[in-house]
Amino acid sequence: MSEILFPEPDAGVLARREQILSDLAALLPAECLIASEDERRAFETDALTAYRRLPLAVALPQDTAQVSALLRYCSQAGVKVVPRGAGTSLSGGAIPQEDALVIGVSKMNRILDVNLADRTIRVQAGVTNLAVSEAVAPDGFFYAPDPSSQLACTIAGNIGMNSGGAHCLKYGVTTNNVLGAKLVLMNGEVVELGGASFDAPGLDLLGVLVGSEGQLGIVTEAVLRLVRAAEGARPVLFGFDSSEAAGACVAAIIGAGIVPVAMEFMDRPAIRICEAFAKAGYPLDVEAMLIIEVEGSEAEMDAELARIVEIARAHDVRVVKESRSAMETALIWKGRKSAFGATGRVADYICMDGTVPTGQLPYVLKRTAEIVASYGLGVANVFHAGDGNMHPLIMYDVNDPASQAKAEAAGMDILRLCVDAGGCLTGEHGVGVEKRDLMRHQFSQADLEQQMRVRAAFDPQWLLNPAKVFPLDGRVSG
Amino acid sequence: MRLLPGTPAEAADMIRAARADKRTLDIEGGGTRAGLGRPRRGDDTLSTRALSGVTLYEPAELVVRALAGTPLAEVEAALAEKKQILPFEPMDHRAIYASAGAPTIGAVAACNLAGPRRVRVGGARDSLIGVRFVNGAGELVTSGGRVMKNVTGLDLVKLSCGAHGTLGLLTEVTFKLLPAPRAAGTLVLDGLADARAIEAMSAALGSPFEVSGAAHDPARKLTALRVEHAPESIAYRLDALAKALKGHGPARRLDEAEAESLWRGMRDGQPLAAGAGPLWRLSVAPSRAAALIEGLAAQGFAQAWLYDWGGGLIWLSAPASADGARAIHAGAAQAGGHACLVRADDAARAQVDVFQPLAGALAGLTRRVKASMDPDFILNPGRMYADI
Repeated sequence: MSEILFPEPDAGVLARREQILSDLAALLPAECLIASEDERRAFETDALTAYRRLPLAVALPQDTAQVSALLRYCSQAGVKVVPRGAGTSLSGGAIPQEDALVIGVSKMNRILDVNLADRTIRVQAGVTNLAVSEAVAPDGFFYAPDPSSQLACTIAGNIGMNSGGAHCLKYGVTTNNVLGAKLVLMNGEVVELGGASFDAPGLDLLGVLVGSEGQLGIVTEAVLRLVRAAEGARPVLFGFDSSEAAGACVAAIIGAGIVPVAMEFMDRPAIRICEAFAKAGYPLDVEAMLIIEVEGSEAEMDAELARIVEIARAHDVRVVKESRSAMETALIWKGRKSAFGATGRVADYICMDGTVPTGQLPYVLKRTAEIVASYGLGVANVFHAGDGNMHPLIMYDVNDPASQAKAEAAGMDILRLCVDAGGCLTGEHGVGVEKRDLMRHQFSQADLEQQMRVRAAFDPQWLLNPAKVFPLDGRVSG
Repeated sequence: MRLLPGTPAEAADMIRAARADKRTLDIEGGGTRAGLGRPRRGDDTLSTRALSGVTLYEPAELVVRALAGTPLAEVEAALAEKKQILPFEPMDHRAIYASAGAPTIGAVAACNLAGPRRVRVGGARDSLIGVRFVNGAGELVTSGGRVMKNVTGLDLVKLSCGAHGTLGLLTEVTFKLLPAPRAAGTLVLDGLADARAIEAMSAALGSPFEVSGAAHDPARKLTALRVEHAPESIAYRLDALAKALKGHGPARRLDEAEAESLWRGMRDGQPLAAGAGPLWRLSVAPSRAAALIEGLAAQGFAQAWLYDWGGGLIWLSAPASADGARAIHAGAAQAGGHACLVRADDAARAQVDVFQPLAGALAGLTRRVKASMDPDFILNPGRMYADI
């Protein structure tokens, strides 16, 4: 039934499992090593739940020294390693292999140092995204990347996937908000990349680490940039009679020199699903809705909104609804951020994540609807319109293998469409296992081989998260 | 020999040929920054000058793409017509090196340039979203693209940015843009000592008023803070900022022409750039900058200095001697950052570390990454480190 191939487990490693477990036990306190099948089950998949593999064992180290010892051992013993944050990857980036040790960072979850004068925070990498913002919220600061999974997902996972979120139109994604990282290489060496300064010395290895999907090493600590919150923020709902009108409105706003903090798009199915869940007051009688958020003082927000409303009127906006209270604002964002969870309540779904040039949005939305309809399935669209990062949620029945196969095929068609429209396979979820075999659609063999050689400079034996990102055939190591 | 490819494919042929002939190459754009890095020692020079032209500009998508040898001024002029900018205020090195010629867009990426606005919008690396380059094996490689959110595959865009041409010859670069600020205003505090000035700048940068420039010139005891926003907001934000900083003394507003010249000068390291002696550029944690300078001055390794980025960037006139370099690199590392010897004669730049020496395992990793892109070490040999 499954379209995605996993490599055959290394029989030699499986045969040595008992020995490997006893070797690992010497490197960690007993409570940090998980060997029983029952407990390993909790780690067999991530948010790409259609696929699961039981790992060889799971290690939950408490500090950098333990991570270093684990990786040095695995490197010498030839044991593969799958790094894991909170297991919220939508692309299968944290799905284990039978012959691999899962190393989770969840026990390393302390905030180490807050420096508001320098607007930086040093954290252990297993801290959750939201915990970082919460630690500095009383002082009026926040950590900008805000993926929908921010309650659960870890900074280590954010670094692995270069996570974005709704507010990255103004504040950037993870790579723009990480100043430093402590990285343990597969051979156990520990390197400090970047630090407390604005830019890092030497080659920008931090830049290549962010988004490397756990293939270059395991991050145990990070220095993050903090941002001072604006005086106020106000989201406004704009309802349109067509997706095309909403898409054109987005392009016109940016064309007028306005970059709002966020511009989120939902189509009719997404609006209905999210409204049923969050009761956020979304308009139900429109074909498409934009959530546009502005920031500043009350007067500044009024002025910027007036300009945006004027543009929206020129694009036949039918509903304009401003948030009038902090509670309304929270509900509006709750609806948007729970889009995936709310969709999960009405159907099984897979979420695609291609990005397209914003000028191509109307065309790509139209073709997406046609593609999904041709497979006899339904789709809800909810995405970051300001940067063209699509999120079609293709709904199917997980208990029907034929339905799952159709959903996956439709998803792959949509991703090819995104690349052909001038975009890319993934804007913020990562390649993982899900999009691995489409990489040749976006990259030439020379492009991929160059990426693989850089990868091999960090992990020459290809032991780290090896089933991900690159097609399983044609791999190069040096 | 001087190589002048007219197309990226031709550049790839030339690099393949150089590799086969075991000849090393210095890469040159406009030639205005030839003094940056360790001295040139390539057998031949490969110029990007004939790889020129804006190849894609979509104002509604805030994206521009140009061949590497395109003069920066040509790109900025095209953007200005649509009231857009490269957000990070790339600096101009012509004052520092007393060089002539036209800086190129490729060098902006290769050197990861940024000016005062870096505190608000990041540097070139943060706006660079796509590259095409020829690696040291003569292969044309693409990474990134034209969309601003893209995590497909390893980010060789960031890796290329700031690599000073040691990993590949950039042939084409794609940047995301911002609308030009509709208005700006600058507030000045007078008479502050370094440490107090940095505290004031930190307070300003930590305020909700989106300060987009924070610099201090100790010679004039002048601390400048810039705000950019809608015209109707500037007076409000400067007022609010002055109130928030009232513990640091009275603030005055600079007139527009004076402010523009101040930020342009600061971007280019003025007034220290105008001198001829050795010049360092330090990137550190702002809160540790003043103590760092005090320590270096006590050892005789700080003659004059300027702070930008709220104290995170220090321009420093100081000796390029072996002792000076050791003290400055060690001090910068202790202050959470690093130092680069931006200006000194070839002999000095051959003898001391120009870039921050790499600690421990980082040196080996850096060398392996270099080898993964330029297997025979033929591109800009020795530009960043003696053995790379």
